[in-house]
Amino acid sequence: MSVSDLTPLSSPAGAQVRAVHDEFHGDLLEVSMGPHHPSTHGVFRMIVTLDGETIVKLKPVFGYLHRNHEKLGENTTYLASMPYTDRLDYLNSMTNNWAYAVAVEKLAGLAVPERAEYVRVILAEMTRLLNHTCLAGFLMQDCGCMGTPLMYAFREREKILDLFEALSGSRMMCNYQRFGGCRVDPSPEWIAGVRQLVEAYGPFLDEFEALLSGNEIIMARTQGVGRLAPELAVSAGVTGPVLRATGVAHDLRKVDAYGVYPKFDFRVPLGDHGDTYDRYMIRILEMRESISILRQALAALPGGPIMDPKAKLRGFRPKAGEAYGRIEGPKGEIGFYLISDGGPNPYRYRVRPPSFINLTILEDMCLGHTVADAVIILGSVDIVLGEVDR
Amino acid sequence: METVEQLRDRLLARFPGAALTVVTNPSPSAQHSLVIGHAQAVEIATFLRDDPALRLDQCSNVTGVDWPDKEVTETTKVTVPDPAGGPAKVVAQTSKRLEPGYLEVVYHLYSISLRHGPVILRLRTGNRTDQVSVPSLTPVWRSCEFQEREVYDLYGVQFTGHPDLRRILMWDGFQDHPMRRDYVEPDDYQWEPTPHGEVMAKAKQHYPAAPAAPAAKEGGAA
Repeated sequence: MSVSDLTPLSSPAGAQVRAVHDEFHGDLLEVSMGPHHPSTHGVFRMIVTLDGETIVKLKPVFGYLHRNHEKLGENTTYLASMPYTDRLDYLNSMTNNWAYAVAVEKLAGLAVPERAEYVRVILAEMTRLLNHTCLAGFLMQDCGCMGTPLMYAFREREKILDLFEALSGSRMMCNYQRFGGCRVDPSPEWIAGVRQLVEAYGPFLDEFEALLSGNEIIMARTQGVGRLAPELAVSAGVTGPVLRATGVAHDLRKVDAYGVYPKFDFRVPLGDHGDTYDRYMIRILEMRESISILRQALAALPGGPIMDPKAKLRGFRPKAGEAYGRIEGPKGEIGFYLISDGGPNPYRYRVRPPSFINLTILEDMCLGHTVADAVIILGSVDIVLGEVDR
Repeated sequence: METVEQLRDRLLARFPGAALTVVTNPSPSAQHSLVIGHAQAVEIATFLRDDPALRLDQCSNVTGVDWPDKEVTETTKVTVPDPAGGPAKVVAQTSKRLEPGYLEVVYHLYSISLRHGPVILRLRTGNRTDQVSVPSLTPVWRSCEFQEREVYDLYGVQFTGHPDLRRILMWDGFQDHPMRRDYVEPDDYQWEPTPHGEVMAKAKQHYPAAPAAPAAKEGGAA
C-alpha cells in the first residue's frame, strides 16, 4: 500500500495525513477492531490502518446484525411492523414507535388526541434521559473509567425502565404507540411515579457531573479529540447531539415543531468545538432541558381519550401514496419513509437510521488520532447496532 | 417554500431541456417529488444545494424502490359493423401490454440553514436488468455515501461516480439483491429435518434422493 492511497475520501476537514518517507516508518499496520472488540458497542468492525500508533485510514464494516428489517416491514401489515421498530434501536423503543406512528399518521392523515401527544412527549423525554445517561456511562467506560459511572447510569436507567414496564408491559420492547394515539392510558399512580423520577433526576445529574464533567483525566482524554467541522457535519447528514456539538442549531423539536413541543419552553444546547467533550456535555445539558420539558408536560397533562376513536387498527389500509415522517430521537433524526399501494402491507418501508448515517464521518473524525482515541470517538457518536445494521 | 411545480419551472429556466417530471402524491402528506434525468442530475443537485433561496444543504434520506415489470390489461370498445347489414355491434377487446419496470432512488432533501423541506428527488434506471446505473450524488452530499452503497447492495443500482461502491450490509461474495420484489432466497439452508410435514417437504426438495444402493455382490471380494 502506498501513502497516496491513504488520503481520505473527501474530507475538507479531515486531519492531515503524514507522508512516510524513510524506510523506518515504511510499514503500515492493519488492525481489525471488532466485531467482538468490547469497545465497539456490539458487533461493529473497523479496519484501521496505523502508522505507528496514528490512524491513517479507517473503514467501518457493517452487517453483522443485518436481518433485512425493511423486507420484514414490507411483508407484514402496518400494525405488525410496530413491535419490529422496537428492535431497531433497542434502547429507545418509545421514540422509534413514535417516529413510525408519525409516518403512518402522515400517510393516512390521522389525528392524534391531545392527551396522547402529551404522553408521547413524556415518554420521548424519558427515553432521551435514558439514552443520554447510558451513553455518558458507556463513554466513561471507553475512557477507562471502569464500572462505577456505568453502574450509576444503569441504576437510573432501571428506574425509567420500571416505569416503561408498568405502562407497556415490557422494559425495552415497549410496542406502545399506535396510529392515532397510544395503546393504554397511564394511571394517576404512574404519573406520580414519573413525577417522583423527574424530581430525583436533577440531583442525580448533579452528582454525576460533580464526579465526571470537571475531571482532569476525562477532560484530557476528550477535549480536542475527534473534532468535526460544522460544514462537513451538515453535508454528511449528521443529526442529533453530534451535529449540535459542532454548533449547528438544528433540533427537529424546534424545526418541525411536531406534537405539542411548541407549547413547552426549552432551549437547545449547542457546542462550540465539535469535539468529544462537547458531545458529552451536550447530552448532559439536553438531559437538563428534558427534565424541564417533563415538568411542564406533567403539569399540563390534559384529560380525554388516549386514542382517536376513529382510528382503525385492524384491517388498516391507507390510500395509495407516500410519506416521510421524522422526529428528533435521542441519537438524531429517526425517520420512516412509507409507500402505500392501497394494500394491507406497505409497498416500501424504509427506516432512516440516525446512528448509521452519523457513522459516515467516523473516518474523518478519527484520522490523525490514536486507537485509544478512536474508541472514545466511536463511543461519543452513540451507535446501536440493531439500528446500524437493521 | 416554493411548490414542486414552481421549482420545476425555475429549474427548466436554469437548465433548458433538462428532463424533469413532477410526481404527485395523492396521500394527505402531499409530499410531491421531482423525477430528474441522468444527464444533468449532478448539476441540478449542486444548484439545489447552493441556490440562495433553497439551500438544501442536508440530504437526509436516500433509498431505493423496486418497481417490477407490470402486465397492464386494457379494455377498449370497438364498433364492428355487421356484415349482414344489421346495426353495428360494440365489442369489448382486451389487450395485454407489458409495462417495463425500473429501479428508483429517492432522495429527501432538507435545508438546515433555511429550515424547510423536504424536496424529494427521484432518479430512475432504464430497466431492472442491464441499464441499472444512475449518477451518484455523493459528490454533492456526503451523506449519500453509505446510503447509496446500501441501495447498491440491496437493490443493485450502479452509481456512477461513487467513490467507493461496495456492498455494505451483505457480505462481499453475496450474489443477488435481497430487497428486490422478485428476490428468491437461495436454497442453502442447513437445517435438521424434524418430523413436521412442511419441514420434511422442504428437506426432500433440498437434499436430492440418495442414489439406489448397488446390489451387494455375494462374496465378490473374496
